[in-house]
Amino acid sequence: MTAINSSIPQSTAPILEARAITCVRGERELFSRLDVQVSPGECLHVRGENGVGKTSLLRLLTGLASPESGDVLWNGTPIKKDSSEYHSKLLFLGHRDALKEDLTALENLRMYAAIDGIKLADVEAFSTLWRFGLKGREDLPVNCLSAGQKKRVLMARMLTRRAQVWILDEPFNALDAQAVQELQSLIAQHLEGNGLVVLTSHQPLEISNLRVLDL
Amino acid sequence: MNAFITIVERDLLLVMRRKSEVLTALFFFVIVTSLFPLGIGADSALLRKIAPGVIWVAALLSTLLGLQRMFAADYADGTLEQLVLSPNSFTSLVFGKIVAHWLVCGLPLVLLAPVIGIQFDLNAESLRVLMATLLLGTPVLSLLGSIGAALTLGVRGGSVLMSLLILPLYIPVLIFGAGAVYASSVGLDISGHFSLLGALFILALAFVPWVSATAVKIAIE
Amino acid sequence: MSHVNNLSSNRVMNWFKFSSPSTFYPLAGKMIPWFWALSIIFGVAGLWISFFVAPVDAVQGQGYRIIFIHVPASWMSMFIYLVMAAWAGLGLVFNTRLSAMMAQALAPIGAWMAFLSLWTGAFWGKPMWGAWWVWDARLTSELILLFLYLGFIALQASIDNARRADKAGAILALVGVVNVPIIYFSVKWWNTLHQGASVSLTKAPAMAQTMLWGMLLMALCLWMYSIAVGLMRVRAIILEREAHTDWVKQLNEVKC
Repeated sequence: MTAINSSIPQSTAPILEARAITCVRGERELFSRLDVQVSPGECLHVRGENGVGKTSLLRLLTGLASPESGDVLWNGTPIKKDSSEYHSKLLFLGHRDALKEDLTALENLRMYAAIDGIKLADVEAFSTLWRFGLKGREDLPVNCLSAGQKKRVLMARMLTRRAQVWILDEPFNALDAQAVQELQSLIAQHLEGNGLVVLTSHQPLEISNLRVLDL
Repeated sequence: MNAFITIVERDLLLVMRRKSEVLTALFFFVIVTSLFPLGIGADSALLRKIAPGVIWVAALLSTLLGLQRMFAADYADGTLEQLVLSPNSFTSLVFGKIVAHWLVCGLPLVLLAPVIGIQFDLNAESLRVLMATLLLGTPVLSLLGSIGAALTLGVRGGSVLMSLLILPLYIPVLIFGAGAVYASSVGLDISGHFSLLGALFILALAFVPWVSATAVKIAIE
Repeated sequence: MSHVNNLSSNRVMNWFKFSSPSTFYPLAGKMIPWFWALSIIFGVAGLWISFFVAPVDAVQGQGYRIIFIHVPASWMSMFIYLVMAAWAGLGLVFNTRLSAMMAQALAPIGAWMAFLSLWTGAFWGKPMWGAWWVWDARLTSELILLFLYLGFIALQASIDNARRADKAGAILALVGVVNVPIIYFSVKWWNTLHQGASVSLTKAPAMAQTMLWGMLLMALCLWMYSIAVGLMRVRAIILEREAHTDWVKQLNEVKC
């Protein structure tokens, strides 16, 4: 299965790169000898039908799964070699919300800050939650929030995480129009700050500096 | 270190918010031990003899009940992936979960055991030895159990399978733990049992968190 | 590319060549009849010695002859566990599918050996001590070994994803291998604590030279048998797991 890359710009800043990676799921080969490059300030939109391997590719890029052959590199070093360094710069959001339902939004943010090794002052946590319209709801258990509100907690996490690489699997799922706009502007803001984004989505995106990878 | 403490606190907080899951495991411990006199007869001499074994087996089984919660909830809501992706050592996070599990499922058994022991007419010295063996042994149960819990994550029929995998590994702990109490009740020396339990504890502490972390990563792939 | 040419070239290269299922499959097929032959030869020799040459035991009479199956089966059950764990470990470290398939193939054979050992132990014990089962250290450890095998088989059977099953099984097998000596030691300890100087199956009477030869030959017989059956099983596993590949689709066995 071949992939079609649009033009690859040159950059000396840290690049997320996959070299000749092959992915096998079950006993089926999803894609073989695929090359991917994402530079700071770029957003890579991975497209394809269901089951073609978009999620698998993203998981390979995070290091959760290992490719059958080939390497994933961050800043020239294979991520397997110094995974701690790469993970400190990485934020991955998968299909599931990854929020503890019995904890409050605030507790979830604080927990993730400690696990991710981020210093999160209470002031910042509160102000970020308020920015996303969760004022007054910070102390409710997450299972009392609506689906849209849960996504906003995730957006708060994206901001407070201060990661350079964002790998997002279907982040626009279950978002209303306003939330879609907010997330897109969040991504745009991140790209302006020299961040990298790799995401999958079935919807067309309005983000500048977007490259497309069709699996 | 901060992340390790956060995980322990987080897991304890989550248990506090859903107490029923944990209390059922403790009730199970009490109920199972009560079944034996009902099944065998209430002769005190007999009860005193079987008490160490019965209490220890009940401890094994209720630990197994609690183990199902160790990784399954985090696996289901996607939090486990996030822990794997943490820049902090995943092994230390897994160790945090094991410690939290022991605090919730193991330590209460140590505290409840004397009460059960009295029901079986154990004398004070035997009760002390019982508590000591459980104090040293239940952490090993939590540690070894985490391997089974990690291997069977998300697998159909996982909880029963987990029991099949872990129970053979528990046998040495059972033998030394219950053996120590029995030995003390007939006046034999117990230092050997305790040193062996201690050795198992140290061995498990040194290797198991890393093994379980590897098993979780395999399950997540 | 013929195998004859490969065999005459660099030997290190050879082994890696055969670590691919597609090259190992025909090689295994050629080896199987040889191992069956060896197994039958050793078996005939061993059984002849055990029935006709080894002396009648003064205490146990003719019935003791079942140890010529019991002891070799025990040895094999432990040996196969080691080999299985070694293959599984190799598969985990080097990420080779064939090593994992070998472990998967060996597990039921080892389990069967353990089961055989337990049954023959019971048949030996019954006429001697009047009980079908004695909780001596050896038999109890053998029982636990059977549980370890069953756990390994059950784990692999429950996981749908073959690669994940390989790796999870490898971890279980390696943990098991470390635990087997610990379990054996603890069971011996338990045995001496609770039963004192009771008779044990391990306290077999001093072995006549011929008895030892008989057991050795039977052990070799079972070893060759295990290899033969192991190779047959691994070929079946290869066919199952590589069913989607071209080389399998072209095999004569598969085409019709």
